[in-house]
Amino acid sequence: MKDYVEKLLSGDRRSAARLITLIENDAPEKQALLHRLYPHTGRAHVVGVTGSPGAGKSSLVDALTGQIRNEGLKVGIIAVDPTSPFSGGALLGDRIRMQEHTTDRGVFIRSMGTRGCLGGLAQATRDAVKVLDAYGCDVILVETVGVGQSELDIMHHADTTLVVLNPGAGDHIQTIKAGIMEIADIFVINKADLDGVEKLVRDIRAMLDSSPRAGDWRPPVLTTSTLDGRGIPELWATIKTHREKIFNNGTRSAVKRKRIQRELTEILQRRINRLITQGLDAGGRFEPVLEEILARRMDPYRAADEIIKQSWKGELSDE
Amino acid sequence: MSRKIRVLVAKPGLDGHDRGARVIARGLRDAGMEVIYTGLHQTPEQVVEAAIQEDVDVIGLSILSGAHMTLFPRICELLKENNAEDIMVVGGGTIPEDEIKALKEGGWAKELFTPGTPLEKIVEWIQENVRV
Amino acid sequence: MSERQKEIKDGLDRWRETRGRMADRDCRFETVSSLPVNDLYTPLDLTDFDYMRDLGFPGDYPYTRGVQGNMYRGRLWTMRQFAGFATASDSNRRYKYLLEKGQTGLSVAFDMPTIMGYDSDHPRALGEVGRVGVAIDSLQDMETLFDGIPLDQVSTSMTINAPASIIWCMYIATGEKQGVPSEKLTGTIQNDILKEYIAQKSWIFPPEPSMRLITDIFAYACRHVPKWNTVSISGYHIREAGSTAAQELAFTLADGFAYVEAGIAAGLDVDEFAPRLSFFFNAHIDFFEEIAKYRAARRIWARRMKEKYGAKNPKSWLLRFHTQTAGCSLTAQQPENNIVRTAYEAMGAVLGGTQSLHTNSMDEVLALPTEKAVQIALRTQQILAHETGVANVIDPLAGSYYVEALTSKMEAEAERYFEEIEKRGGVLAAIDQNFFQQEIADAAYHYQRAIDSRQRIQVGVNEFVNPGETVDIEILKIDPQIEKDQVARLQKLRRERDNIRVRETLDALRRACAGTENAIPRILDCVRAYATEGEMIQVMREVFGEYKEKPTF
Repeated sequence: MKDYVEKLLSGDRRSAARLITLIENDAPEKQALLHRLYPHTGRAHVVGVTGSPGAGKSSLVDALTGQIRNEGLKVGIIAVDPTSPFSGGALLGDRIRMQEHTTDRGVFIRSMGTRGCLGGLAQATRDAVKVLDAYGCDVILVETVGVGQSELDIMHHADTTLVVLNPGAGDHIQTIKAGIMEIADIFVINKADLDGVEKLVRDIRAMLDSSPRAGDWRPPVLTTSTLDGRGIPELWATIKTHREKIFNNGTRSAVKRKRIQRELTEILQRRINRLITQGLDAGGRFEPVLEEILARRMDPYRAADEIIKQSWKGELSDE
Repeated sequence: MSRKIRVLVAKPGLDGHDRGARVIARGLRDAGMEVIYTGLHQTPEQVVEAAIQEDVDVIGLSILSGAHMTLFPRICELLKENNAEDIMVVGGGTIPEDEIKALKEGGWAKELFTPGTPLEKIVEWIQENVRV
Repeated sequence: MSERQKEIKDGLDRWRETRGRMADRDCRFETVSSLPVNDLYTPLDLTDFDYMRDLGFPGDYPYTRGVQGNMYRGRLWTMRQFAGFATASDSNRRYKYLLEKGQTGLSVAFDMPTIMGYDSDHPRALGEVGRVGVAIDSLQDMETLFDGIPLDQVSTSMTINAPASIIWCMYIATGEKQGVPSEKLTGTIQNDILKEYIAQKSWIFPPEPSMRLITDIFAYACRHVPKWNTVSISGYHIREAGSTAAQELAFTLADGFAYVEAGIAAGLDVDEFAPRLSFFFNAHIDFFEEIAKYRAARRIWARRMKEKYGAKNPKSWLLRFHTQTAGCSLTAQQPENNIVRTAYEAMGAVLGGTQSLHTNSMDEVLALPTEKAVQIALRTQQILAHETGVANVIDPLAGSYYVEALTSKMEAEAERYFEEIEKRGGVLAAIDQNFFQQEIADAAYHYQRAIDSRQRIQVGVNEFVNPGETVDIEILKIDPQIEKDQVARLQKLRRERDNIRVRETLDALRRACAGTENAIPRILDCVRAYATEGEMIQVMREVFGEYKEKPTF
């Protein structure tokens, strides 16, 4: 286990891959590994890429990777696809679109299933990002289908979030999930060779006008075509501008701080949740309280106060 | 801890006969595995690099172009060069019996499934041979 | 309901009552495509049936009974065995052998590098040169392939798609060298790129530029190579990829209509190019379903060509087709059984009215066929033609309640798919949405599950297995030296040809591809200058881009 982190830091691909597996599997040594990785993270620029199925996200990630590689930067890609709720298995096919980069040592591609795993998808993805960050990736592209809440949560941890839309194919402004529109830093209209591009661009601009964002970044609307690479250099330039903007006018530490606060909050919530569940389950230390409530000798509010008092010396009481 | 078997299903060679590869990929998924499908026309270098990055337990090769005697040894060689020879290589396709024997004896394929092998057999084999 | 029908209905009800007490075997009564079938068909299944409207006479609209008036009484189907391997000179010898044995047309199989547009010395060609067909890099190889075979005396079918324009030009140029004008050439290029995206996956360029090359071929052919079949619209590969019979029928015809629409959109008169379109179907193991499929195909094509596309020349209404028995029905276990399967399938194709037929060799599931296996396959057709008597009567199954009901059912299923494709914005849009690919993947998976669970019996595979069976048939092996020799020949050609002329013709090709000029004359110039296939494809790839598949499972 010691080996993996050391080898990763010296650039070993297999160790990077194995560390992501251990994190995904929620292995017992996960926390110790992350502890050792953490000092080496925080450098990479994380770009989230989301949008409806079939919007061409993988092709866009593929094209963008080529563009970034032109500058000699190292790229990490995490492609998340749904796990089958029936079998727990998953078919991960995003690599099909990224074949040219497979043998480029400056690109590391990893496919992940949503799994519905214990640590939460967002956390597993975030930790996988840390591995690639420590591995030395300058830019990390995280691709998910923007359907569920947990996929949206991933985007909250990206430095720059791209929302990929298509003209036609039902991507009308009204049908796009509200949550997805709010997290966009850049709108990308892919397949710009199809009819209806201009209307979609107009619709998005109108929407942005009617509900302007806080701060001075107005999400630009770009058009790309992965068939001939149109708009890809502009997209990369815009990502860089966004990075400058958020990190260079004094907001950098505020943004980072906010993100860390969010991560810590989530970790705490998950831990406390687990403690509560364990305490109240059969055989748990708080289980007798349930009997008291059942017998109407105690009400749930009073019971909660009691448990908090016993566990956290009353500091978390909301009264 | 929630360990999942990860399998890379790859289709090396220039032919486009991916019916078998896709059916197997789907069958393994339905048996609860995580299947990474690389698509058609993969070079040995691409297959090995994907297997490493995806940290898979098994590489499954579907070969119908007749190039199996070139491809299996090349992939094993590359795995070795990358200290990844612990990843198991299995395969299927139209491979004559004497060549199946040669590939297995040469250590270039851990198991070869001939046409007509039921999905369940392949699933069982993987489950038995991957230590979870 | 007429009196007579009522009588039948009463009889049927009585029969059902008695029959209801008899136990059926424990199995699913459905076609190989999982289409459930009744135990009995009667006139009640044909209440909407109209002989003159739905069948007519052989050689008459809507051609359900066949495209020629006298069918096999006039001329037997063409027995066309697909062959080609190793180098051009090896294949040349095989062709001469087949012609000597009584084969009546040539059919060229190319190796994978040729099919994918790579020269034999490209890194991606490593290990694949001459393996599944013949390696053709330049006009030089094509000249060797047909050495001593006068091109005005054979008809040649070439299974080539993405680079079809180039290979076709090489054939035309070989004719020029032999002194045969292009007007006299007869044959077929498969040239069906749509089914590549749908099923066979040997694509190079994206769909739009690929379709443009096809319409360039249409335009060139009607002026200069009028007897050539410019597309062989293929259901064969769709079926091999795992589709049902109805999907094969519907997707193939939908592709055909897409070519017709593309030709019309390119400014051609439908009657100029439609008579040169031909089809290529699979002959699978479910006898009646296949026969119904072919009959329905003719009827649908005729009706649409006449009514929807306004074709006036009756030749535009004719669906002429080649058939190959189903490779996917063969088993590696007890391979000799494949002779039997192939024979039944071939009979289905003949009763369905095919114009030409390839019968698979028993060992094709294991490797390239040996000469002995090829001979048995050809003999299978000859027995069918000369001994069984099936060629004596035209469309002998017409009027069978089952066959007619199934033919109509096939037609209805196809119409349902046409509607769905239309709703999705046409064939190209449906390809982009992965519609066909997903439908086929689902059918293939369903079929495999049925075999695995033994709901469906496959002899020698999941029932009637010979324990500890070892296969002791001879296997044809390709000598790896062939690849080295081919590469050496190619490199010698590159040194010796006029490379300045090659460069100039390639530049002209690039300009034609980037513009709207017909690319065929420019390709011909490149071919005559001995530019290689890979060099031409590279130029086109730079202009057109490359297609990338989408994940479907």
